[in-house]
Amino acid sequence: MNYELVSGFETHVELSTKTKIFCGCTTQFGGDPNTHCCPICIGLPGTLPKLNEQVVHYAIMAGLATNCEIANVAKMDRKNYCYPDLPKAYQISQFDMPLCKNGYVELSNGRKIRILRIHIEEDAGKLIHQQGNTYIDYNRGGVPLIEIVSEPDIRTVEEAKEYVEKLQLIMRYIGVSDCKMQEGSMRCDVNISVRPKGSEELGTRTEIKNMNSITFIAKAMEYEFERQVSVVESGGKVVQETLRYDEASDTTSSMRGKEDAHDYRYFREPDLVTINVLDSLIEEIRESLPELPFVKLQRYIDELGIPETDAQLLTKYRKIAEYFEDSIKGTQNPRTAANFILGQIFKRLENESAKEEFDIKTTADQLREMILLIESGKVKMNLAKSTLEKMLDTGKAFGELVSESDMAGLSDEALIELCKQAVSENPNAVADYKAGKEKALKSILGTVMKNSRGKADANMAEAKLKELLS
Amino acid sequence: MSEAIGTIKKLNEKLVKKEISCTELTKLYLNEIDKCNGELNAYVNITEETALETAKTVDEKLAKGMEIAPLEGIPMTLKDNISTNGIETTCCSKILKGYKPIYNATVWDHLKSQNAVMLGKTNLDEFAMGSTCETSCFGGAKNPHDTDYVAGGSSGGVSSAVGGNIAAYGLGSDTGGSIRQPASFCGIVGLKPTYGAVSRYGLIAFASSLDQIGPITKTVEDTALVYDAISEFDPKDSTSQGRRNNPTTPTLKNSIKGMKIGILKEYMTGIGDEIAASVENAKEVYKSLGAEIIETSLPAVKYALPVYYILACAEASSNLGRYDGIRYGYKTDRYDSIHEMMCKTRSEGFGAEVKRRILLGTYVLSAGYYDAYYKKAQDLRGAIMKGFNELFEKCDVIIAPTVPMTALKKGQNAGNPTENYLTDLCTVPVNIAGIPAVSVPCGVAKNGMPIGLQIIGPSFSEPTILNAAWQFETATHDSVFKVSPYGVKL
Repeated sequence: MNYELVSGFETHVELSTKTKIFCGCTTQFGGDPNTHCCPICIGLPGTLPKLNEQVVHYAIMAGLATNCEIANVAKMDRKNYCYPDLPKAYQISQFDMPLCKNGYVELSNGRKIRILRIHIEEDAGKLIHQQGNTYIDYNRGGVPLIEIVSEPDIRTVEEAKEYVEKLQLIMRYIGVSDCKMQEGSMRCDVNISVRPKGSEELGTRTEIKNMNSITFIAKAMEYEFERQVSVVESGGKVVQETLRYDEASDTTSSMRGKEDAHDYRYFREPDLVTINVLDSLIEEIRESLPELPFVKLQRYIDELGIPETDAQLLTKYRKIAEYFEDSIKGTQNPRTAANFILGQIFKRLENESAKEEFDIKTTADQLREMILLIESGKVKMNLAKSTLEKMLDTGKAFGELVSESDMAGLSDEALIELCKQAVSENPNAVADYKAGKEKALKSILGTVMKNSRGKADANMAEAKLKELLS
Repeated sequence: MSEAIGTIKKLNEKLVKKEISCTELTKLYLNEIDKCNGELNAYVNITEETALETAKTVDEKLAKGMEIAPLEGIPMTLKDNISTNGIETTCCSKILKGYKPIYNATVWDHLKSQNAVMLGKTNLDEFAMGSTCETSCFGGAKNPHDTDYVAGGSSGGVSSAVGGNIAAYGLGSDTGGSIRQPASFCGIVGLKPTYGAVSRYGLIAFASSLDQIGPITKTVEDTALVYDAISEFDPKDSTSQGRRNNPTTPTLKNSIKGMKIGILKEYMTGIGDEIAASVENAKEVYKSLGAEIIETSLPAVKYALPVYYILACAEASSNLGRYDGIRYGYKTDRYDSIHEMMCKTRSEGFGAEVKRRILLGTYVLSAGYYDAYYKKAQDLRGAIMKGFNELFEKCDVIIAPTVPMTALKKGQNAGNPTENYLTDLCTVPVNIAGIPAVSVPCGVAKNGMPIGLQIIGPSFSEPTILNAAWQFETATHDSVFKVSPYGVKL
C-alpha cells in the first residue's frame, strides 16, 4: 500500500527586540551565564512582569506577513510546569486568545500551509551539563518568542523544508528575528502521522521536539515516516508520544511516556492586563511592512526581466535585494547589476551568514555609477570588471581608481603604433604565424595589451594585427 | 475607654516642636519592643541599626531647621511579606528563611524616601494564608488586649505591634481580609485599598488578583496620611493605577449629611449578637450624623467565601511553584535527584495550611475540574462585582461587621482548620470585587475584645469611606477605643 505523510509544525521564533518580554534586560545571545538577568526575569518573589510593547508589534508583523487575522483583544496566560530552567514554575504564554490566527504560507507548488495561530510567550533558561554537574544559565529566560502553529497540511519532506525556509525568509525580511537555527533563535517541533494515500482520516501522530536544522528536520521526518509506515504495515499501532531525534544514529526515540503527560493548568495571568490592539495600529503596522520576498521575486521576474534562478538568489536576503534595488536606480538594464552582484560580489560572500550580513565595501551608489558609465559607452566591460575587484578591496569609487584618460581608451593611430611595435618585438612569433600557426598571434596580442596597460580593446587589436601581417 | 495614643499626628507634632528627638523616640520604641515582643510575638526581625540610622538623618534635618514630611521620622513596621533590600523577608515560612531580597518593594521605596523609621518586620500567617497568624513558622502574634487571644491574621504582627503601641503604624496586605480582620481584633484602623491603588511590586504574592497592600494605624486620620503617601501609580505593576489624583486627607473631615449608607442583610446573618448590636449602634450614630440608612440585599455575596477559596488557592498554587530550593531559601539536605530535591524541599519547607491551599488550588485548575470550579468561580466573581456596582448606584457606602466574631482564643480551631475560614465571611466580598473597605473600632465585647465596623465603597472611593470612617470615629471614639497595656504611652 502507498502511504502519505501528514505533518504540522510548531515553530518557535525568538524575536529580535532589544529587551526581554517582561523586563529591561538585553536579549543578546551569549554573554557570561546569568549576566543578562534581573529580579524580574529570574522570578524573585514579589516581582511583576511588564509587557514589552515591541513584542506585540513584532508578533503582529509576523501575523500580517503570514496572512493572519490580528485579534483586537488578547490576554496572557500562565502555563504551569516545574523545571529548573523555568524560575517561576510557570511560563507566561497565551492559551485561548492568541494575537494572530487563521493565516497561511503559500508554497511554490501553489499549496497553502494554513497557520492556526501565532502567540507570544517567554523563553526559558538553559541547563548546562558539565563534568557530572548541572548548571543553570537564565540569560535566555524571558527572551520573547512567537510560536507559529501550522495545521497538519504538509505532505512531503520537500514541503516541510520549503515551509521552514519560507518562514525563516519572511521573519528575516520583516526584521522580527534573525532565525538562526544553530543559535536556537528558530526551533521546530514536528508533528508527524501517516495514512494510506487517498484517506481523509488523520493517523496517530508523534511529535519530534526541538529540531534546529533544516537538514536534520528532513532526515528525522524521513526516518519517522518509514518507522510509522513499518509499524502500521506490520499490523501495529503508532503510539502518541514525544520523540527526540538523535543526529548521530539518525533515529528517533521516546522522550517521555504518556503516564507523565503534562497538565499545564492554564489560567489567566493576573499580573498583566488585557492587550487591546486598535485597528489603527494594525493598519499602521501593515503599511510599514516591507515588500515580502515572494512578491519581490515575482516583480523581479515580470518587471525587471531577471531570470528566475537569479531573482531567487537576489530576493533570498533582504540586504542584497535592497542593495540590488538601489544599484539599478536610473540604469537601463537591471541584469547588469544582477550579474555583478551574483558574480563578482557573491564570490566574496562565502557562507549563508556572510550573505545575510552582506558586509561589503562597495556601496550600491558606487556600483550604480559604474553601471551608468558602462551604459553610456564610456567604460568597457573588461575595465569595469577589473576595477570592481579593486573597488571591493578598497571601498574606493570607480572614479578614484580609473582616470578620465584611462576611460577614454586608445585612438586608432596609437593602437596601430602599438601593434607595429609588438610585431617588431616578436620576430619569432611573427614567423610562426606566417607559417600558419594561428596560435602565435596570441603572444603578439599579449604584448599589445601589456604595452597599452590594459587600455587596448583586445578584439580591435587582434583585427589590426591580422591586417598588418596579411 | 480613652483617646488614641502614639498616633502619627501626635508624634509628628512632638518631633516638630522638638519635645523629643527622633533618636530618642526610636530608642523608646526599640526599648518597648525589647520588653513586650516576647509576649506579643509581633516582630520576627528587629532592624535596630537601620532604624537608628534613619532617625539620625531626621534629627540632622531638624537641627538644621528643615521642615519634615508628615511620615518622616515616625517609627513603623512592615509585614514580612513586603520585600526590603538586604533585609531578610521570610513570609514567615521556613522555605524563605534567610532570603534577603536584592530590591525594594515600591511601597517601601516611597516610605523610605520620606525617612520612615522601620523598627522591624512583623509576623504573619505563612505566606499570608490564615486568619489567626498561627500558621507562621515563628508562632502566632498575640492580641495586645489579652495575650490569650490571637491578634488575627494574616497581618497579625503589624496589628499586634500597632495595637500594642510598639509601632505607630504599619503596612499589611489584604487578600481576603488580612488587614481588616486583625485590625478589628486588635481595636485599630485598617484599610484595604481599591485593587490597583497601591503598587504590589515587591509584595510576595499569595493571590495576585486579590492581594493589596494597605495601612494599619491607630486612627482614621493616620490611615489617610499613609494611604496618600503610598497610593502612587507604579510603572512596574501593570495592574497599578494609583489613587487617580484622589487624595483622602483634604475631604476627611467633611460633613456626611445626606450620605446614603447601605446595610446588606447578607452581612447581618450568621454573626455574633454583640457584633450585630454594635453594627446596630453604628447605624444610629450615622443617623444622628445626618446620613440616610438604606436596608438592602446582595444575594451573590453568599457565594463569596467558596469563590474566594477557589480563586485564591488556584493563584497561590501557581505563585508558590517557584520555591523549589534551587535559587534561594530553604533546601533539603539529602537527595539523589533534582526531582527528589524539589519534592523534599517543598514538603519540608511549607507548613500544613500552605500545602492544603496549594493542593486545593492545583486540583481546581486541573484538566477535567477547571470548568466545575475555577471557571464557575470566575463567573460568580463577575456576578459579585456586578452586584456591588448596582448597589453603589443607590448607596454611597455600605456598612457591615468586619468579622462575624471577636478575636479567637489561641489554638481555638487547631483541630479544624476550615473553621477559621469563617472569620473571612464579611471581608472576602470586597477583595473579590476589587473595591476598598476600612475597618474602624466600633465597640468592645464583654470579654474585653474589640469589635470592628467595616465601611465599604465603590472603586477609588477611598476619600468617601475614610470621610465616613473619620466622622464615625470622631462621634464615638472615647466610647469604643481601648488602650492596650503594652508599649509606648505618648
